[in-house]
Amino acid sequence: MPEHTFKVNGRQVTVDIEDDVRLLWVLRDVLDIRGPKYGCGINVCKACTSFINGKAFNPCSVPVSQIGPDDEITTIEGLPDTVGRDLHPMQEAWIDRDVPQCGYCQPGQIMAAVDLVNKVKAEGRTITDDDISGIRNMCACGTYYRIREAIKQGAENM
Amino acid sequence: MAARHSSVEQGTTTPGGIGRRRFLGYLIAAPTLAVAVPIGASVLGPAAARALPTPVPEPAEIFDLSDLILTSTQPTANLITVVVNEDGTVSFSMPRAESGQGITTMAAMLIAEEMDVRVEDVTVTLADARPELIFNQQTQASSTAITMYEPIRVAAALARGRLLEAAAIKLGEEVRNLRTDAGKVITKSGSNIPFADLAVDAANVATRQVLAELRPQDQFKIIGTEVRRDDVVAAVTGRKTYTTDIDFPEALPTMVARPPMIQGTVESVNNLDEVRNMPGITDVVTISTDAAPDFSHSGQSGVAVRGRTFGQCIAAVRALDITWSGGTVDGASDESVLQQLRAAQAPFSVPSPSPLDEAAGQIPLVTEGLGELGLIEAIEEEFVFYWRSNSAMEPNVAVADVRDDSAEVWTPTQVPIWTQQQVAEELGLPLSQVTVHVMRGGGAFGRRLFNDAPLEAVRISKQTGKPVRLMWHRTDECRAGRVHPMCTSRIRATYSKSAGQVVSFEQRHTSVATDYTEVFGEMLLANVARLPFTNELAVAQSVFLLTAAVPYDFGAVVLGLNEIGAFDTFNTGSVRNLYNMDVRPAQELMVDRLAAKLGKDRLDFRLETLESGRARKVLETVRDQGGWGRSLPDGVAQGVAVHEEYKGAMAVIAEVDTRPATVNRQIPGATTGPRVTKVTLAVDVGLPINPLGLRAQMQGGIMTGIAHVFTASLHLRDGNFLEGSWDDYRYTRHWNAPPEINVIVLPPNGERIGGAGEFPVAASTAAVACAYAAASGTMPTSFPIGHNEGIPFDVKTFQPPIPASPTNGLEFYPAPKAATGTFNPAQ
Repeated sequence: MPEHTFKVNGRQVTVDIEDDVRLLWVLRDVLDIRGPKYGCGINVCKACTSFINGKAFNPCSVPVSQIGPDDEITTIEGLPDTVGRDLHPMQEAWIDRDVPQCGYCQPGQIMAAVDLVNKVKAEGRTITDDDISGIRNMCACGTYYRIREAIKQGAENM
Repeated sequence: MAARHSSVEQGTTTPGGIGRRRFLGYLIAAPTLAVAVPIGASVLGPAAARALPTPVPEPAEIFDLSDLILTSTQPTANLITVVVNEDGTVSFSMPRAESGQGITTMAAMLIAEEMDVRVEDVTVTLADARPELIFNQQTQASSTAITMYEPIRVAAALARGRLLEAAAIKLGEEVRNLRTDAGKVITKSGSNIPFADLAVDAANVATRQVLAELRPQDQFKIIGTEVRRDDVVAAVTGRKTYTTDIDFPEALPTMVARPPMIQGTVESVNNLDEVRNMPGITDVVTISTDAAPDFSHSGQSGVAVRGRTFGQCIAAVRALDITWSGGTVDGASDESVLQQLRAAQAPFSVPSPSPLDEAAGQIPLVTEGLGELGLIEAIEEEFVFYWRSNSAMEPNVAVADVRDDSAEVWTPTQVPIWTQQQVAEELGLPLSQVTVHVMRGGGAFGRRLFNDAPLEAVRISKQTGKPVRLMWHRTDECRAGRVHPMCTSRIRATYSKSAGQVVSFEQRHTSVATDYTEVFGEMLLANVARLPFTNELAVAQSVFLLTAAVPYDFGAVVLGLNEIGAFDTFNTGSVRNLYNMDVRPAQELMVDRLAAKLGKDRLDFRLETLESGRARKVLETVRDQGGWGRSLPDGVAQGVAVHEEYKGAMAVIAEVDTRPATVNRQIPGATTGPRVTKVTLAVDVGLPINPLGLRAQMQGGIMTGIAHVFTASLHLRDGNFLEGSWDDYRYTRHWNAPPEINVIVLPPNGERIGGAGEFPVAASTAAVACAYAAASGTMPTSFPIGHNEGIPFDVKTFQPPIPASPTNGLEFYPAPKAATGTFNPAQ
């Protein structure tokens, strides 16, 4: 079986698994990193949203063979470490606004939100309602309004 | 039928002359303090009869009572238990399902209130299936707050009382000189003992009965305050454990290849060995996917694969070469079902009701002679509602470990007793050898009222002899999952312009049958409901009659339900808000038309004709705080609706923007179109226990209402549904969510407890539909309005039954490559 080496949440890992297995399953079923969730497996619902080298992507749609030894994957579990704190400011805003209901989509929502705020900041802007309206992450409990509030609040502390 | 619990409540009068109710409970023999109270009296009492259907045939006539396994031989068997731990924290194992509604947080608040501990020091877990609770372990019909409010508080009050007694002995004080605060017993002199130091002293060596009094409402410190979810930190850090996350390495990922047609069956699997030898795959077995053990008339209907990762399972499902036999509705389409519905519609009958109406308990109330009203005019309309899905974000899931003489199941079931009973029956095991752990669910919405997932999981585990971690694919959720049935609602209303009033209002609802076999959460009655005609005549009619109503004084009011097909012709089920998600929006659209005919403002007309004061109050609240009648540009308009259900009342004002700049927004693969820009919702649930969680439920109901008006539907074509993902089944997304929402929770209205989870769906759907009608100048009569505007997505493969995962995720973020153009449902 092929070996794949990369970095996840600051830890170097090597897994033996077929090349075409999508990274989501390597994270969840092989490495027991359960924060990224399955919601569709086809890059639609965004529940698995994580970072590769600091940018958002959906590991359900990336074969593990496309991840190289220099690539660093960050899941929701590793998000606080990216800012050297126990909780990322976006997570704090999520808690403050009591965003989750069932919670299943929220790790992906938070990762997408942090990525969006990073992009907007890089453009020298502050986040707008239109920016938030472009987020694709699906939520069947309908927590969108609180997510909107929390993103604005979290962005202020990022 | 099982014996009803006698009332636990005993009326007494305190020396002060004020009647205070005292409640019976038990001190339980345990290592630390444990107290318990019976539940069920309020569920089965007259108050709840309005919320849950009860009229069923006498089961004893058709079902041997000895088949019913009652383990409640001990006097304390049907109790819920609160335990004080040695560290002073309090534990409660709740016999309900938590899927995001916030009920565990609510329970922690109730306990903290009665015991004077911090909310965060109360840990609420979900109880395993407890068959002795009979009807009292199901989570549906917005009933948890209503049924659990009192028993939980009684248990907590007993615990506090016992801690005071233990402290009194320890301190040589009298109980009346002691008080509790912040997890401590405090003396008059100010010294204190933490509960932690009393938990063992307060323990009981023998179980005995005691009485408790509840804290009066005017002394509440926690109930009515805003408390965050008990699992909010776990949820936002990825540490919340859902079913497929559990630490059970031997339970390998498992998926099922499902038929390309609804309820099709497996004729042959043509490449079993090839698939068994695929990388990572450990097992391939043919199974029944029936949602019931005893009624497997369809035989083998799925092929299960078990492997190292779900990714490899997806590949194996796709590689299977299966020959399928026909399903139950081959060839059926929206069009053919609509024809059948129309053929089954009952004629309008006011003012002469049909015998069926009287049999169903609907006696029209003709309030005035027609002669006094002058010319009577009529309006009439047919509304069509297409199929909707109740899929949650977390798909159907179950972990199962079946051994020769026992079975253990983990699943987010809403009906754990029924799950346990069906699993036991499926495996031929005694009930006592089946353990069902209720996991926190990633949404439920009625989807987890059926045992499809746990039954499939135990069948696969039994056949393979190995533990399995079963998960449905998203595409299965759309096509093999359960749906809110397609239906029509015809309304005929008559009115007198000269008298300025509505004379009669008749609604004939005709629906594909809804499967209500789960409605009692328990096997005995579920099996009764499966008898011919019983599902419709006993359960569906009851649910309809117990939920459908017209809140306005419209003279003669007649409501009727007809169903087509058997309960299991389609895979149907309860979807958040049952019939009312369609019945009420149809009504409210007609109310707007009646207001126009009578020359009245839409809101004033409702206010004039509403029958209940609570409904008028919430309507006045949104009128005043939602800016009713404010000036809006052309193409933007308000809609208003009122709804009463589950012992609560709410009113909603929604504003919809249909201007070109809004409807033509471009987001790849998105449903843009008309946008709900502002929603004001006022809700009176009686006593709001946690307004923060209540507002969340209201917001969620609004999102579902928006989806149901514009785009969320399944398209039936050639015997199956076309949708296969969240970009196909178009629930509300960020781009549809209103930028402005104001939920007003009315202050406590007595100590009445109401439900919350469902009724914002009907109210919001109605208000948004009415707003769209006002903004566009055309009343929609077909929902969602985009349903017949084409198929705005590429239909995913039926054979193989699930799509491959893309490989281009590094190139395409956030939109997938497959995202097509923007869909405007209003075009």
